[in-house]
Amino acid sequence: MTRYAIIGTGISGISAAQTLRDLEPKADVTLVSEDPHGFYSRPGLAYYLTGEIPENKLFPNLKKGKQKLDVQYVIGRVTRIDPHSHSLEINPGKVLHYDRLLIAAGAKSVPLDVPGGDLQGVVKLDDLEDVRNILSLIRRSKTAVVVGGGVLGIEMVEGLAAQNVKVHYLLRGDWYWSNVLAEPEARMIERNLVHDGVSIHHRAEIVEILGKKGKVTGVRTSNGELIPCNMVAVGIGVRACTELALAAGLKTDRAILVNEYLQTSDPDIFAAGDVSQIYDPLTGRSSIDNLWSPGRKQGRTAALNMAGQVEIYQRTVAVNVLLLGNVMTTIIGAIGSGRDEGPAYTTRGSSETWLQLPNTLATESSTDVSHLRLMVGEKTILGALVMGDQKIARPLKELINNQADISPIRDQLLNASAELGQSVMDFWMKTRR
Amino acid sequence: MHYKLSSESHHLQTMITGHVVPESERCIQCGICSFNCPIGIDVRFHTWMGEDVRDPTCLTCGECIERCPRGVLHFEKTEIYTRGKE
Repeated sequence: MTRYAIIGTGISGISAAQTLRDLEPKADVTLVSEDPHGFYSRPGLAYYLTGEIPENKLFPNLKKGKQKLDVQYVIGRVTRIDPHSHSLEINPGKVLHYDRLLIAAGAKSVPLDVPGGDLQGVVKLDDLEDVRNILSLIRRSKTAVVVGGGVLGIEMVEGLAAQNVKVHYLLRGDWYWSNVLAEPEARMIERNLVHDGVSIHHRAEIVEILGKKGKVTGVRTSNGELIPCNMVAVGIGVRACTELALAAGLKTDRAILVNEYLQTSDPDIFAAGDVSQIYDPLTGRSSIDNLWSPGRKQGRTAALNMAGQVEIYQRTVAVNVLLLGNVMTTIIGAIGSGRDEGPAYTTRGSSETWLQLPNTLATESSTDVSHLRLMVGEKTILGALVMGDQKIARPLKELINNQADISPIRDQLLNASAELGQSVMDFWMKTRR
Repeated sequence: MHYKLSSESHHLQTMITGHVVPESERCIQCGICSFNCPIGIDVRFHTWMGEDVRDPTCLTCGECIERCPRGVLHFEKTEIYTRGKE
């Protein structure tokens, strides 16, 4: 009987475990994680922080009738992978042997490397314990400073504002998420944040976190400003947890390198989710997707290959839906410039493929409450950003994913900005017939 | 936060003829849909399985659709009569 081990209980790990259990009802499947809470919706933590959902509702049922996934759980930190003896060392004092291993250990927030970064009151949003920590600190925190221009940063801004904490939001660029969003798009979001009482500081970074008796009392910014606060929330980006893979001699880059079968440089070890950097035979590039839906699919694909099937990971166009400053926003395909100042980290809830933009022309249309931007290539639409009204998001996802030839309406798209959405919708309806 | 409850006209239009359909790719299993269902349907599980919500007890009140922060759910018309082969 094949022994399967999976490191990580996030979406990729659970998806793999469920697939292996379905394929081989009697297989030995063991999940190992240092997170004592097992599987819960990590993106849903943002809504726990805002108070929209209680903690116990973050745990989804995976099978009908609340049946449990029939696998072994080991709570502990894996300290070493030994590829030669096919074993894991787990703290405290346990050894687990495997025939096939999946590393789905995820990514962790990059800490802020400034004086005072280790003071009590410096928080992040990676797991359930982090939210518990923030909620307990909120009792004595009237003011918070948040840094980080991507999804993590704004989730903490909105969560803290919803908990009646005065929030100062420090952005490195001239506008929010400047390597993905254009200025007018970001301003729509910023307006709503300001309306909710958030103070936004552009071109500002923390140079020092000030403290007293080990606790945060304020920050000093790159503009020389002193902001008194009791909490500093850091969401500048995430970094794949590659330490174990590196020590085991697996090939890594920004994450663990895997081929299109999600196999690492060791044929018995696979990787999926935020910890993996997946080779795309079509482009010759390896990229990271920090997204939930691809993470689930990667877990499934890895499991099929671990079980001896031959399954190529079929990349679909990267999509994410985000509520940014209360503006529903869907990002599909390649939309960003990728230009940014300072160190580049991946950010949770995003895909590197959004920034891989070949020659395109941008075309857009806006109303007060919604906005649509398309990135139009020679014959296809390569990316889209839909803010506000979401009716056009599904047709666009199909057109982009199917690389539909939009030559008949290309000029219309590039010229008729006022009717952009309608032109796309009409064309999509025709292609469906 | 700032989610609107479903409007009356929306409700009247859909409660007779519609059922809830998920677009699973948008879902992150946060559970807000199931939490807000007034009769306790596990809408999130339907989405995990990629299945329409065809639970006969569904009121089609639209709470799950309105509350979902990711726009996962929408109503589709329920075809009561299936067309025979021509």
